[in-house]
Amino acid sequence: MPRIAGVDIPDRKAIRYALRYIHGIGPRFADQILAETGIDPTTKAQDLTDQQVSQINGVIDATYIVEGALRRQVAQNIQRLRDIRCYRGERHRRGLPVRGQRTRCNARTRKGKKKTVAGKKGVKG
Amino acid sequence: MARSLKKGPFVDEKLYRKVETLSQQNKRAPIRTWARRCTIVPEFVGHTFQVHNGRAFLEVFVTEDMVGHKLGEFAPTRLFRGHTNKKEGIKGR
Repeated sequence: MPRIAGVDIPDRKAIRYALRYIHGIGPRFADQILAETGIDPTTKAQDLTDQQVSQINGVIDATYIVEGALRRQVAQNIQRLRDIRCYRGERHRRGLPVRGQRTRCNARTRKGKKKTVAGKKGVKG
Repeated sequence: MARSLKKGPFVDEKLYRKVETLSQQNKRAPIRTWARRCTIVPEFVGHTFQVHNGRAFLEVFVTEDMVGHKLGEFAPTRLFRGHTNKKEGIKGR
């Protein structure tokens, strides 16, 4: 079972798809990595030689920010917005959509599960 | 949509000149402004602005982190005090 970029151990799938299990690597970066290392994208992850694995690791370490480091970076960016107390930071704090979406209805991803209010439009109080 | 790079950042001319003169005199008086759409450029750092929010002027002290944002982002125009509570009613102003 190959270990790439720390803990991730994608297996049994073509390496082109297995790489996408790493946080921060999607279709585009997966293909870029394989193009740079010259590895056949259809090779199963378990069939990679140790040398190929270290080759992939080398490219990822050198070029991309993945996993913990990426998560930290994103969290820091948000923290910065909060600290300067700008509009976007305020939206993050309140758990509301940040990019100007409507909140009259929908916006459920940010607002969480519906909290029904008695007496509001159609709801029998 | 993001602004075209070709145009560069939008900075309110008059406001910029005002900051420049203040900086030359080494003064740090708060600047009253309605120019919410003005991008904060590095020259603004350390100055205090009073940004209009439609009703009042809110003090905004510009720090390095704020560069690249607009002045208006730091003077909220809406006030939301939470929904009414059935028992307590609306909390007073």
